[in-house]
Amino acid sequence: MSMSMQILLVALGVVAGPLIGGLIGGLDRIITARFQSRVGPPILQPFYDVNKLLAKEYIVVNAWQAFCAYSYLAASMISVALFFLQSDMLVIYFVQAVGAIFLVVGALSSTSPYSQVGAHRELLQMLAYEPLLVLVIIGIYIETGSFKISAVYSWDKPLLLKLPFLFVALGFALTIKLRKSPFDLSTSHHAHQELVKGVTTDYSGPFLGLIEIAHWYDVALFLCFCSLFWATNIAGMIILISITYFLEILIDNVSARMTWRWMLGNVWAIGLTLSLVNLIWLYQR
Amino acid sequence: MFKKLIKNSRMKSPWLLHFDCGSCNGCDIEVLACLTPVYDVERFGIINVGNPMHADLFLVTGTVNSRNSMVLRNLYDQMPNPKVVVAIGSCGLSGGIFREAYNVVGGVDKIIPVDVYVPGCPAKPEAIIDGVVAGLQKYGRIVN
Repeated sequence: MSMSMQILLVALGVVAGPLIGGLIGGLDRIITARFQSRVGPPILQPFYDVNKLLAKEYIVVNAWQAFCAYSYLAASMISVALFFLQSDMLVIYFVQAVGAIFLVVGALSSTSPYSQVGAHRELLQMLAYEPLLVLVIIGIYIETGSFKISAVYSWDKPLLLKLPFLFVALGFALTIKLRKSPFDLSTSHHAHQELVKGVTTDYSGPFLGLIEIAHWYDVALFLCFCSLFWATNIAGMIILISITYFLEILIDNVSARMTWRWMLGNVWAIGLTLSLVNLIWLYQR
Repeated sequence: MFKKLIKNSRMKSPWLLHFDCGSCNGCDIEVLACLTPVYDVERFGIINVGNPMHADLFLVTGTVNSRNSMVLRNLYDQMPNPKVVVAIGSCGLSGGIFREAYNVVGGVDKIIPVDVYVPGCPAKPEAIIDGVVAGLQKYGRIVN
């Protein structure tokens, strides 16, 4: 890949990431509203929200919080840019994990109990989904023989046929990362929960806007990861992502928020079992 | 153009904080009724948030008394600027039938500046949505 091509891909990733994330967020809210026999907001609603937040008064609890919000955004941005560069999946995985940790550290730097409990729950959520993500990446490695995303794109068969159980495990990680019920413990998109707004309680105004943009990058990154499972043609990718996201919205609407014990137990028991079965099956061939 | 964009976004994304300041719950039920599928205020981008630090519009119902005036003040101070306050119901406007009571300070405007008054006992959901829209006109004009 030439240098100019690389710069172009990075720019594309940085611009397309939040656009995809925001539009999907708007679509999500409309479909959720239709499920509840409401009309729902316009599709550009997430952009209005973030615009408004960025123009609000600048209030921080302490300097750490501001630093953490910027770092979270930077890490999410870099991970999407790395994905568009078709680089190493492990590097992308570690960079996005660093971003997620910064969100938690920012929440822990305030003294609000809601923020603190939300941060602890966010850590537990990471504990639940990060092992699954590593196993998914290992599965892709066993199948294609490389950690590079470019190797997945040059693979001639869809990965979903060889890694179906790992795709379900990735679905668990996606549900947690998208903050969907039953895993929306640390913070949720819906108005009220017992922790006020959990991990984002003490972020306000522009910093909440930054966190929201970083979340769009995360959504884009995870959906890109899902698209790797049908990387042989564009139509397959789009159909796979659409079905996956529709199922996510459906699960969000039909399930209640569960406790962290339930989450950790089930995600580990079901997710790790499915992943291991798939990995053994791959290894046995 | 930038200011117009911000103004447009503000008008389209008001997040409400609802505080029951010693109300009889009549007005509160009407406020929450606005969020049901019948009235569906989310189509205007309105979200009922539980956190003053995320809120743009402050909906207050009920009389203010010497105990909860401090809480009211505190919630108002925690909201980042720009912000708009909407007082709802007879009690929120003036103290209503409780205004002569020994512990009642009076309407919400005795403690914090109020932008829009929505009368009624209880105020109808239509009137509340109307009040919020009037508040939004004011909120959109504030460009700092």
